[in-house]
Amino acid sequence: METLKERIADVEIVAAKTPIMKLEGIRKSFSGVHVLHQVHLDLYKGEVHALMGENGAGKSTLMKIMAGVHKPDSGTTLYRGQEVHWNNPMEARDQGISVIHQEISLSPNLSIGENILMGTKFPKNRMGLIKWNEIYEKAEVILRSIGSTLNPKVSVSTLSVAEQQMVEIARALSFNSEILIMDEPTASLTDKEIEKLFTIVNDLKKKGVSIVYISHRMDEIFRISDRYTVLRDGHFINSGPIAETNPDHLVKLMVGREIKDLFQRNVTKPSELTNRKPVLELKHVSDKKTVKDVSFKLYPGEIVGLAGLVGAGRTELVRTIFGTSKLTQGEILIDGQQVRIQSPSEAMGLGIAHVPESRKEQGLFPNLSVKENILMAQIRTYRSAGILQYGKMDADADGFIQELGIKTASREQNVMGLSGGNQQKVVIARWLSISPKVLLLDEPTRGVDIGAKTEIHKIISKLAEKGLAVLMISSELPEILSVSDRILVMHEGKIRAELPRSEATQEQIMYYATGEIK
Amino acid sequence: MQTTNLQGATGKVPMNRKKLLYYFNQLGMLVILVLLCAAMAAFAPHFTEVGNVLNVLKQVSITAILAAGMTLVILTGGIDLSVGSTLALSGVVSVMITNAGVHPVIAMLAGAAVGYAAGAINGYFTAVPKLPSFIVTLGSMTYLRGLAYVISGGYPLVLTNGTFKFVGAGYILGIPTPIYVMAIVYIIMFFVLKYTMFGRQVYAIGGNEEAARLTGIKVERTLINVYSISGMLAGVAGVVMAGRLFSGQPMVGLGAELDAIAAVILGGTSFAGGFGRIQGTIIGVLIMGVLTNGLTLLNVDYYWQLIVKGGVIVVAVLLDRLRSRG
Repeated sequence: METLKERIADVEIVAAKTPIMKLEGIRKSFSGVHVLHQVHLDLYKGEVHALMGENGAGKSTLMKIMAGVHKPDSGTTLYRGQEVHWNNPMEARDQGISVIHQEISLSPNLSIGENILMGTKFPKNRMGLIKWNEIYEKAEVILRSIGSTLNPKVSVSTLSVAEQQMVEIARALSFNSEILIMDEPTASLTDKEIEKLFTIVNDLKKKGVSIVYISHRMDEIFRISDRYTVLRDGHFINSGPIAETNPDHLVKLMVGREIKDLFQRNVTKPSELTNRKPVLELKHVSDKKTVKDVSFKLYPGEIVGLAGLVGAGRTELVRTIFGTSKLTQGEILIDGQQVRIQSPSEAMGLGIAHVPESRKEQGLFPNLSVKENILMAQIRTYRSAGILQYGKMDADADGFIQELGIKTASREQNVMGLSGGNQQKVVIARWLSISPKVLLLDEPTRGVDIGAKTEIHKIISKLAEKGLAVLMISSELPEILSVSDRILVMHEGKIRAELPRSEATQEQIMYYATGEIK
Repeated sequence: MQTTNLQGATGKVPMNRKKLLYYFNQLGMLVILVLLCAAMAAFAPHFTEVGNVLNVLKQVSITAILAAGMTLVILTGGIDLSVGSTLALSGVVSVMITNAGVHPVIAMLAGAAVGYAAGAINGYFTAVPKLPSFIVTLGSMTYLRGLAYVISGGYPLVLTNGTFKFVGAGYILGIPTPIYVMAIVYIIMFFVLKYTMFGRQVYAIGGNEEAARLTGIKVERTLINVYSISGMLAGVAGVVMAGRLFSGQPMVGLGAELDAIAAVILGGTSFAGGFGRIQGTIIGVLIMGVLTNGLTLLNVDYYWQLIVKGGVIVVAVLLDRLRSRG
């Protein structure tokens, strides 16, 4: 009997040695920007594989290639020993690959049962009508198999986030998935719910389902994963069993980016600054959801970097200051005076400027010229008896174009004809046109090439020298480290650390940002 | 160096093509108008006579005034289905007021004011609770028409005042008065869109509402103004219409909103908002007007005219789609 068991074990080990999915030499670029360079990944049957990397390392792109959403530019995908070329996510799903996205993708108005079986063929009777009982029965079987007691007839809109996630998992299983990709599944779960999720993950593992697990939380990774793969700037960095590594090592692998290519700004001495009066001060500020009890001071002439992972609440914090998100607790002080900011125009009136996160969606007017994009925030000042003074507008626009070195055919050029870096300069110029005291920058160099990046850093630096107070969100640690005087690190809505630049390192910031050090 | 060149090139080429396509579309519509006129001149009897030309202009004037306001609304990415009903209500109210012995100028201003108020309500619901403009104006289209019937009792109110009639049916220097009204509306609208802060903010909102809000533009206020202006122009159109018909009729202007929308789209204004010019709209109005006039002169059956006009609208939307794909 024992020999038989041993043999079975042997077979299993052999089976475990050939990966169920093998990605090799994967390259992918989007409009000329390389997102993945020669990435490889081996996924074995019944393992939990942690896919790790900073924001923008290429995790989601790789995940989307595995799920058939994107096609790689080159490289091969072997699945169950065969090369596969999926044209769309449905093809991948039919072969057993499911994704549980960060954002829940259920139809809230439909029942749990319908959501679970959506995408499969609904059982029909001879008249071609749906057999509802069968749908609910099938859904119930799947739900019970993951230990859920949810009633499949209930509408999804009545469920909590965690329950909705259960439904997502059940749906993934309804396709008889062999590979389940989970993108930050615990982001919105409570501790208790996380425990439940881990039980399910372990059950699935025992059933032979392979799980790709994307998460920033180190404690989770070390609890449930078997192996890891680290990506950095689209490059494969390392892979191995989780038992042979530690959080320290993983963070080092994730952040080992070079800083020396970037523009280095001289730090303003903290002693010089504290002699001045803070221009912006936050006292115990919270918003309705994300930001929790944030306090800090911002002095004229300094650049404060706001670091943290996506979802840490940095954007929400800046939006609260600018009046686009509602402050529920705490105080904001401008020049020592308490203010209530309820709209962007009020914030502007107090001398606050805000370059938003997404240039295309929140910054640019795609239908207008460079000139009008620059001057739109101040257009009221160009009126004389209600008529716009185009001569003055032209001159001022040219001034900004020259000052910021915006490369454009003319001020009348449509703004969408500019490169990303120059579009960003246009948005920055718009905010300089209001002569602000405080400049809030949200990812000011995202999607911008290295040359333009350096130019933007120089511009920001020059503005600080002139006495502007700058708060800069960036997910790129080298950028934070080369431009800021001080660094605030956010994690789960709170400021976890304030570090002077001279003492900060990428590793240290990452520890705070991932919640390793609390 | 090479990379920057490359980026510049990839950035500019599609833009120039888009711009070219834009001008082609503008010019293209003008060319279509000219060709249409040439064809009508060749085949339709009396088409080129001064009397007929003035007749065409007079006939399009009501739609043109509505379309000017509609251009503003569509530039912001919205739609105003209520202008036909507003026109009727304004006509009924202004005739009623002047018949009550009030000075005709005040009565006519009251007609415009009724339109303004109706538009302001549309604007409020579109901008503040952010209801879809289609739904809001579908509702007001219905209740404003109902109001016109209730006020008039369902019958035309006969207009007796000569000054009032002059606005719709009079002549200045041999040219019908409505043509002057139309011309004034378009000249003002041209200046508003190009030379006022309000006009540029309309484009900014149509291009990117979120960016406009973050730029400190008071989006709600601007949108309310846009719908108010559209309503006010519908009110003006209602007064002109009443003057022309010598009566305030609750049933006039049925479907007028659709003619106005068709003209705006024909004129190259993008349904998605942000792109478009008032010059285009007047071309769109004239294409529709010349088509109707020419087909009538050619003795084309009214039913067939509808089929032709409908086809023209679909083709125009197709052009719009092609351009936005650019």
